[in-house]
Amino acid sequence: MKQQQPLTITNGLVVTPQGVRAGGVRLANGLIDAVGDVSAQSGDTTLDAKGQLIAPGLVDLGVFAVDKPAFHFGGITRAALMPDQSPPLDLPSRVNYIAKSGKPDLWVHPLAAATKTLAGSELAEIGLMKEAGARGIATGRGWVADSGVMLRIMQYAAMLDLVVVTHAEDGGLTGEAVATAGEMATRLGLPSAPAEAEALAVARDIALAEMSGARLHIRQVTTAGSIRLVRDAKARGVNVTAGVTPAHFMLSDLATAEFTTFMRLSPPLRSESDRQAVIAAMGEGVIDVISSGHDPRGPEDKRLPFADAEPGMAGAETLLAMTLTLVRDQVIEMGRAFELLAGNPAKLLGLEAGALAEGSEADIALVDPEKPWVVDRRKMAATADNTPFDGQPTQGRVTALFKGGVGVG
Amino acid sequence: MKGLSDAHSSSNGMALMTSTDPASTSGRYPAGSLAFPHRDLLGISQLERHEILYLLDQAEPWIELNRQSSKHVDLLSGLTIINAFFENSTRTLLSFEIAGKRLGADVVNMHAAQSSVKKGETLIDTAITLNAMRPDAIVIRHGSSGATKLIAEKVDCPVLNAGDGSHEHPTQGLLDSLALRHALRQRGEAADDFTGLTVTICGDILHSRVARSTLLCLQALGASVRLCAPPALMPADVEAIGAEPFYNFDAALKGADVVMMLRLQTERMEGQFIPSPREYHHLYGLTKDRLERAAPEALVMHPGPMNRGVEIDSDVADLLDRSIITRQVEMGVAIRMACLDILTRNARGVEGWS
Repeated sequence: MKQQQPLTITNGLVVTPQGVRAGGVRLANGLIDAVGDVSAQSGDTTLDAKGQLIAPGLVDLGVFAVDKPAFHFGGITRAALMPDQSPPLDLPSRVNYIAKSGKPDLWVHPLAAATKTLAGSELAEIGLMKEAGARGIATGRGWVADSGVMLRIMQYAAMLDLVVVTHAEDGGLTGEAVATAGEMATRLGLPSAPAEAEALAVARDIALAEMSGARLHIRQVTTAGSIRLVRDAKARGVNVTAGVTPAHFMLSDLATAEFTTFMRLSPPLRSESDRQAVIAAMGEGVIDVISSGHDPRGPEDKRLPFADAEPGMAGAETLLAMTLTLVRDQVIEMGRAFELLAGNPAKLLGLEAGALAEGSEADIALVDPEKPWVVDRRKMAATADNTPFDGQPTQGRVTALFKGGVGVG
Repeated sequence: MKGLSDAHSSSNGMALMTSTDPASTSGRYPAGSLAFPHRDLLGISQLERHEILYLLDQAEPWIELNRQSSKHVDLLSGLTIINAFFENSTRTLLSFEIAGKRLGADVVNMHAAQSSVKKGETLIDTAITLNAMRPDAIVIRHGSSGATKLIAEKVDCPVLNAGDGSHEHPTQGLLDSLALRHALRQRGEAADDFTGLTVTICGDILHSRVARSTLLCLQALGASVRLCAPPALMPADVEAIGAEPFYNFDAALKGADVVMMLRLQTERMEGQFIPSPREYHHLYGLTKDRLERAAPEALVMHPGPMNRGVEIDSDVADLLDRSIITRQVEMGVAIRMACLDILTRNARGVEGWS
């Protein structure tokens, strides 16, 4: 649905990378017409933001399912879909179909499978998938073990100027691991891998990115060791960015103590010191993206013994609130929060969105950042209830959402 | 109590201190169910020191009973106990079955091949199915850590963990402590707790639920525990659990009062962890020579099954004055009887336990 009538939102706090300032936005023809000191023109619909935040709609980089109700609850107007679908996004036709699947009120940006069937051995038709609407390529849930294959993927992606989204865990070290080696995994007797499995993978992928000139985005950087590698690579000028989901800055492996399978994630929850390192990296600017990793899983995947359960969490609804805890804890500024949630992922995907800029897509979220609520898995909008934050009191809710200037949800 | 009087009559006049005998609990333990306020026995980690001691003390009369020619009481008469074993087992299953039968319960064994219950809701469905048959206790062994807890959440009766993955095997930890207590007492040493005792556990610690339960149990009773394994078979951060890790077996043995050997759990190994059994024996096998490095009169334990010639030499395993391996097996039945008795007291309406 196209925006029929211009909309002017006033009396809000406009969120930009530079900070938060009083003002409003005017949305016309699906685009942002004016930002800041706006006034309604004749014929405009008007909306009083009543002092709430006027922020860009969230751009969620790396979800595993298109789950519109959950995305809209969480203020997500665009989602980059991982290629781990059934069947995988390794053909132009599938990419083309998925690229249209959410419109008009949710735009889905497919990430093309880097290799056929995501098996990690043969390059997929990345160029044709780009034509079909792919906004990046991804290795999927797994790591491409063969460094020769990975180099060719990166070279190809560099040539096509597509971001390469990787999962960083050295498969030889992880094996069948479901936990991070440490006191908790030892107490629980769970198959575990050292946290260094991530740093090893990150180190290799950074080296290959440096060789190939590819834009590398490590979807989840969750250990002190890999944060150090990313920081150093950035300082050298390597084109690398890092992401994380709220699970790895909100929770440590202590949360697995009761074998709760909603805490079974990939990569697994880390030690408390790694969690602290992620928070520090957030403040320091080493981490560029916070995404939900949205992966709704029903009881057939989760009502199992811990090691037999599938990894993943339904994260779309809690993405914003958990990120706002970093603002309340003064780790990051409000403007930075929305860079992590919208601006940076949009840039990586090459989208004219994710920021309140004139001429950009009118994807807008009104946010009450203090509104208290309790995460309750029985009341979730998502297709499954596997939130690791069940029962947790939190703050911050989206009160209105606009995609292309049109109200949704 | 009908069962109690039967116990007395069947023991030829010997004063059996069964669960409901006030003499055994007065003073030492909280009254009634406060002595053991758990519905299930899922792991040693959930137990307090006094709860462990209570279980051990409650097992003592059963040791005596088991040494009589008539080994039957009707304490659990009419109760149904299901042994649900999702993983192959001979000795533990037999031990639980004998324990239940000697207490007079109807014991049913369910062997479920691991493959048929591995996927989807089936494990939960199995639990719900078992529950619908109204058992009074379920004993579970499963190949996945935490599986017993998952089932316990779905059923209405007490659940005993008979081994879940590499997590815990609580009755093994208890029987090891009971066997050790008896061996020490036999020597005339005070063995009510193990303070000052150094125990070395050597073998495949990484995959061993026995190591975890026994470590926690012995520690709770005051022992210092050393863990010894090749690096690949040593779990991370065992120091955080209060154990002292060793890679060198000779160093780990030095001055140890008790040496407990574990077998290599090749069925849980993903990939190669040691080059060969021969090399393993060279580095970590308990030989008579090696045992000399331990304290004089050091006791030798093994939870079984033993791989003679790999982790332990036959002449060590069979040392009459040092090896308490067969005593461990004997204590296993008694401790399981105690656990079944205590966990079913609520259902049986025992005074103070309902």
